[in-house]
Amino acid sequence: MKIAYYPGCTLKNKARDLDRYAHETAALLGVELEEIPEWQCCGGAYTSARDEIATKLASVRALAAGRDMGGRVLTVCSACHNVLKQTNHEFSVNPDFDRKVNNYLKGEPEYHGEGAVIHYLELLRDEIGFDAVNEKAVHPLKGKKIAAYYGCLLLRPSAALAFDDPENPSVMENLIRALGGEPVMYPMRNECCGGYLTLEDRDAAKKRSTAVASSAKEMGADFMITACPLCLYNLTKNSDTAIPVRYFTEVMAEAMGLIPAGEEARL
Amino acid sequence: MNDLKDRVLRMSGSAVIKCMRCGKCSATCPSYDEMEYHPHEFVYIVERGDVEKLTGSESLYKCLTCFACVERCPRGVEPAKVVEAVRLIAEREQGKNRLKPDDIPALLDADLPGQALVTALRKYTK
Repeated sequence: MKIAYYPGCTLKNKARDLDRYAHETAALLGVELEEIPEWQCCGGAYTSARDEIATKLASVRALAAGRDMGGRVLTVCSACHNVLKQTNHEFSVNPDFDRKVNNYLKGEPEYHGEGAVIHYLELLRDEIGFDAVNEKAVHPLKGKKIAAYYGCLLLRPSAALAFDDPENPSVMENLIRALGGEPVMYPMRNECCGGYLTLEDRDAAKKRSTAVASSAKEMGADFMITACPLCLYNLTKNSDTAIPVRYFTEVMAEAMGLIPAGEEARL
Repeated sequence: MNDLKDRVLRMSGSAVIKCMRCGKCSATCPSYDEMEYHPHEFVYIVERGDVEKLTGSESLYKCLTCFACVERCPRGVEPAKVVEAVRLIAEREQGKNRLKPDDIPALLDADLPGQALVTALRKYTK
């Protein structure tokens, strides 16, 4: 199976491991991620204001590319997933948005929300299946207590994202089980890490990320996993509670024996 | 209806009139401690038509857009969208960008992901 892939700005830069191990684990599971040509940054945040059109055009172009490359586009970054899905959802609830977007797109093919966005975690759960993941986990994460961190961008707003139960998600816990690890439940797993506030008010971001990391640690986690580069930054750089944080794709690669000798044992 | 209130309602699409003042939005807000006006107050103050009171408030820049308030509001009021509309009204005034490109070099460190920069620029500039 081949799926159009939207990497986003950070997976080409600071979050190369998130990108690299998404490609490698997907390949092992029989899926080729085909990068869409000439993609542009989604902007990192969806602007909810209805009169903001131009800031959403990069996402619309990615959605149109996905439509033309098999009907949908896959993301791995939480933020890209959030922005692309919210943009696509707007077509179904706001005819005025559709009209204005297509006015901007004059000269390019029209787009009316007919594409789809899928996160890699959704692909694993809904199409590949965790049994298939489990079969490839040749180095199971035995005895590892792992805290899945969802934060905000994977889950909310659930009306637009439809990713998982926004208050009691399970996809990453089921992935951890498939990889042979033990998921740790903790109260802050779907609360915000402080996000971009680190640039405006670092102390406020510190409070949020410390609250999240402490919650995971208190419940006995050895390390945390995330799909978001900014969560990883806040939890490792801003939190006063020290706990390792890894990308979920890297942990998958570890369990699947894909981490080259010399690079393993980072967990 | 005054002009600014009308703009906030059009931009946000929020039905502030549906708010029943349960305070759940503010109770769940991760930036509560940093705010002078809290999510339920944004909703109430906009409903009252006192938008000017909010456009000069630091609280505009503390909202994380984490959508906890939107998800958990039992009345579908979507407070984060109200905050975002007021913030954009403030930032669209000449010279009112919160974050200026010249400020950025001092904010960088070796691990800061590009995602943080593009998101902050989207939130703090028009």
